[in-house]
Amino acid sequence: MSAKQTLTTLIMALVLIAMGSVVAAADMPDQVSLDTMVKYFDSVEFDHAMHTELGEDCSACHHHTTGTGTSDERCISCHAESEAVADVSCRSCHVAARFSADQINIVSSNVYLYHIDKPGLKAAYHWSCVSCHEQMDGPTGCQDCHARTPEGDALYREDVSGSPIAEATEH
Amino acid sequence: MSGISRRRFLAASVAGCAATTLAGPRKVLASATFTGYPDGMGVLVDLTRCVGCRSCEAACNKEQKLPAPDRPFDDMSVFDETFHGGKQKRRPDENAYTVVNRYNPENAAPVYRKVQCNHCNEPACLSSCFVNAYTKTEEGAVVYNSKVCVGCRTCMVACPFHVPAYSYSSALDPVIKKCIFCYDTRLKKGLPPACVDICPQEALTFGKRKDLIKIGHQRIETHPGRYVDHLYGEKELGGTSWMYLAPVAFDQVGFDPNPGNEPIISHVKDFLSTVPMVLAIWPAMFTGFHLLAKKQKGDDDHEHDAEKQHGDEGGEQ
Repeated sequence: MSAKQTLTTLIMALVLIAMGSVVAAADMPDQVSLDTMVKYFDSVEFDHAMHTELGEDCSACHHHTTGTGTSDERCISCHAESEAVADVSCRSCHVAARFSADQINIVSSNVYLYHIDKPGLKAAYHWSCVSCHEQMDGPTGCQDCHARTPEGDALYREDVSGSPIAEATEH
Repeated sequence: MSGISRRRFLAASVAGCAATTLAGPRKVLASATFTGYPDGMGVLVDLTRCVGCRSCEAACNKEQKLPAPDRPFDDMSVFDETFHGGKQKRRPDENAYTVVNRYNPENAAPVYRKVQCNHCNEPACLSSCFVNAYTKTEEGAVVYNSKVCVGCRTCMVACPFHVPAYSYSSALDPVIKKCIFCYDTRLKKGLPPACVDICPQEALTFGKRKDLIKIGHQRIETHPGRYVDHLYGEKELGGTSWMYLAPVAFDQVGFDPNPGNEPIISHVKDFLSTVPMVLAIWPAMFTGFHLLAKKQKGDDDHEHDAEKQHGDEGGEQ
């Protein structure tokens, strides 16, 4: 192997490694659109890149599917040896239509299923986000994260003008 | 009094009474052991998850096409509203089939509780309705036919959860109003009710009642310290389709802590079983008494007639 060939191989290898890390970075989204309630609330453009910089381990949100894995005793009895999965997005496990007939039948028909109570996508978002925001003084009000749509205003009856009740009003 | 002797009449009455008393309770017992349709649906309400956003109230209002509320559904001041000297919190009424209330248990964070019909396995409203307006559907909902409702309000008295409300505002056609589990628009089609659909916290879990019982107990087991070890509605009053998990004792969040496990019909079945007896036997018995009495005084009849004639004549003078 000539020196030139060796150099070419080396460059090729470096390019491949660089490409690999580009692919990995591309796999991890900078932004995720959380759109489970878009009828009444705008979707939340979740800044994934910013949240990864907070220094928390990936498994703080992704449980056992990526990062260092879970330390929850209930989970490690089965998932201690679980390897990172191909798709770690929330929606790959937490379905949006949790209460569809199909999902209810999965729970009903499989007597050996342990995860009979896996939260739907909307709950998974709210539990993960709000509980952490409470600890870290992040926004926790409904419209701090997602502004209401005109249809949402109509649902919550912004058109009625009754004034708030003074404290401890009795009838 | 020629066809039946006094002795035969009394013997038949006693036999009739005995037959009704013995046969009655056995029949009613069978109806009081109904534990719900096998694939009936339900909702598990987790009070530890509810944040009191009132979205369920808004969704219910829209789905059931209810009148506009007094205040917007994001007005949280309604939690301060009390009635009857501060003891009574908000209750469902003709304009709102569900309401959320806030409780402040001792040494614990505020707890929010959604109130609506619990869709009993053996509903007291249904048992008490004499026009048969109520139906427990195989999907689990307790629905009612307002076309046959006569507005007697017996179901309001019968309901152990004080749920059915009355359209007092309607002068011409007042009827009972309550949560129907979104039966017509959703449940019948296999969809969750509107309140469950909108809940951001999944404080409401929709599923087959038998699965929800498993889920409820699994939550208690896997989160030690989070819940009191009780699934309210699993057994209470013969079981309800809507069941509850709470972080504090149930009486601290407005529940009747011990309503008993017997459905309401069990408390009235002894009385109800005597109703057919009264309706069937009393007319015969009292007709018998009447005829006997009439026969006994038969000889005096002419005397009475004579007296009456005298009286009439006296009146004319």
